[in-house]
Amino acid sequence: MKHLLVTKSVSKSFGNFKALNDVSIEVPTRSIFGLLGPNGAGKTTLIRIINQITMPDSGSVLLDGELLQPNDIQYIGYLPEERGLYKSMKVGEQALYLAQLKGMSKAEAKKRLKYWFDKLEIGDWWDKKIQELSKGMAQKIQFVVTVLHQPKLLIFDEPFSGFDPINANLIKDEILQLRDEGSTVIFSTHRMESVEELCDHIALIHKSNKILEGPLQDIKKTYKTHTFEVGLVTDNEDRLKEIIQQNFEIAQADFKSLNDDLKLNIKLKPNETSNDLLSFLTQKAEVNHFIELIPTANDIFIQTIKNY
Amino acid sequence: MNHLPLIIKREYLTKVKNKSFIIMTILSPIILMALFAVVAYLSQLNNNKERTISILDESGQISVIFKNTENTKYTMLEDMSLKEAKDLVELNGNYGLLHIPNNTNLDNIAQDIRFYSEDTPSLTVISRIESKLEKKITDLKLQQAGVDIAQIKASKTYIDVVQESYQGEKTSKMDNVIKLAFGGFAGYLLFMFIIIYGNMIMRSVIEEKTSRIIEVIISSVKPIQLMMGKIIGTSLAGITQFVIWIVLGGVLMTVVSIVFGINVAEMQTPQQEIMQQAAQSVETNEMQNLISAIYHLPMTNLVVAFILFFIGGYLLYSALYAAIGAAVDNETDTQQFMLPILMPLILAVYVGVFTVIEDPHGTVSTIFSFIPLTSPVVMLMRIPFGVPIWQQLLALGILIATFIVIVWFAAKIYRVGILMYGKKPSYKELYKWLRY
Repeated sequence: MKHLLVTKSVSKSFGNFKALNDVSIEVPTRSIFGLLGPNGAGKTTLIRIINQITMPDSGSVLLDGELLQPNDIQYIGYLPEERGLYKSMKVGEQALYLAQLKGMSKAEAKKRLKYWFDKLEIGDWWDKKIQELSKGMAQKIQFVVTVLHQPKLLIFDEPFSGFDPINANLIKDEILQLRDEGSTVIFSTHRMESVEELCDHIALIHKSNKILEGPLQDIKKTYKTHTFEVGLVTDNEDRLKEIIQQNFEIAQADFKSLNDDLKLNIKLKPNETSNDLLSFLTQKAEVNHFIELIPTANDIFIQTIKNY
Repeated sequence: MNHLPLIIKREYLTKVKNKSFIIMTILSPIILMALFAVVAYLSQLNNNKERTISILDESGQISVIFKNTENTKYTMLEDMSLKEAKDLVELNGNYGLLHIPNNTNLDNIAQDIRFYSEDTPSLTVISRIESKLEKKITDLKLQQAGVDIAQIKASKTYIDVVQESYQGEKTSKMDNVIKLAFGGFAGYLLFMFIIIYGNMIMRSVIEEKTSRIIEVIISSVKPIQLMMGKIIGTSLAGITQFVIWIVLGGVLMTVVSIVFGINVAEMQTPQQEIMQQAAQSVETNEMQNLISAIYHLPMTNLVVAFILFFIGGYLLYSALYAAIGAAVDNETDTQQFMLPILMPLILAVYVGVFTVIEDPHGTVSTIFSFIPLTSPVVMLMRIPFGVPIWQQLLALGILIATFIVIVWFAAKIYRVGILMYGKKPSYKELYKWLRY
């Protein structure tokens, strides 16, 4: 797999504080790469280094296999977490200015702005000042400005904060579409449900170190515990529990169900398969719920950080 | 990519299109002119008021000196007591009563002269009366002593020393006045410009921080480009404002003069009047001197130096203002950093006003015209008095070198500061930022 962006042993200190320690990540081309970590882990520092806002103390950043150059900023679109626009400037003027700073010609910027404004149905905002718009409206414009110059690499830091669910969904669809059209997306967030929905790769940064990286599916596979959630219909719950306990490790489960079932989490031993469990259970009781417990991104996040 | 022109254009246009900027630009000269017109009108009113002063001269030999003028009428009272005179004057509502007693001893007369009035009389009126009396009584005393007054008057001599340089250039006192006016004007203009537009730069940096746009911008441009763009764009807006002020001020001045029929040259305070009286005796040569004084000014040097020192000094201070803006979150936090900037600036103006006038080439003036933070103001004040070119170049060299160092230093603070939110940094932290 080709990698659009690679950081190699990037370190950065601010005074005595080490913000990044030897962080290497590989962002595959045309992926949505989740950059995760608790507050203050160093995500923003890493993103700023990729954007050449801050220079690393050591290590290097490669874009498309080449060392990152000052001119490469035109290939990157960045939506920072701390974002805003000039309050007293008109929407259109402002968008044109920011697009020109990214190296677009005025005519080209105008054309593409029209396309995006029509697409998001915000065309009549052109002559409004930012201070007349709501926060969510301003965020939409910010999003347009970020993606306008069709960058190869898009970096979104908490892109959904400030959006209502409808607009958040709209933006999510746009991000997926941009990926399908060939962009690579780095996506930094605390909101694990959006990681689940969007990301195909993740990296976890904690206390200035990268502690986990890879395709989300693979990580989930390594983190799964071979535990199955089952619902069983029986007359004698205690007896059934005892029988199962003799063969498997069990725990009380809690899920919603129409019936008043016996709900259990059953863990398999490494050499057993789900079929072994299922055939065992069907002999003892009626199985009306059987599902493998797959760790969520949230579980992985919390578990990895606790164990670190 | 060079985004500098784009940034300058935006900074300039936002400043110039800003409503409060437009209002300030148009309103300031109008308000100033209105104020000027009101003051002129009022002082004219005051001057035109006719005063009647009654004089009871019991000695009979002094009151001859009081002759009616346009605004002051003198009424001579005779054959009445002081009490009657006072009652009469009060009844007539006259401005006041001057009482000169009779005595053979002139010293006693001088001591016992009184001025009676309803309210405290105007200082100018009293001092005019005093000087007239002094002159007359002195003359009378001289006469008593048997001195020929005509002879004394004939022997009175006025001196105006013509100063000449070794190269044979003639100058006079007027030269110095003109030089001071030029230097003072240039220095003061720079001072005002730095304070007004330096603050504007600072505010515009803070605005970018508070609106949180800064990170978006510097992911596209280098912080130093943004900083320089801001400084240059704001300066251009400032120059625009200044030019409009001068043009508008000139037009309004003419309009006001015509409408109110005030001859601006004639408008003067009593002090100026007295000064003018003193100057009248030597007037003949002065006009010539004035013209030759302006002619004698090192004009080319002055203009070139003005432009260079003005730009250098302004850029130096703006870089500092930009750094302050980057270091803080809001305007109230700027106070602690403003003082170290304003101090040298105020010092420069004081040094300029007090020592340059006294001795333009003295040690203090010379030293301060080399120190970069004070040199633009002090050197601009010194140059009309003739500063050797090597000194000017050296001062300019030091100024430019300092500017480069300060920009480097400001850019560092700027680069770190614009991404720092929350707390007000201390000097110690600023020092740490320099090493990031």
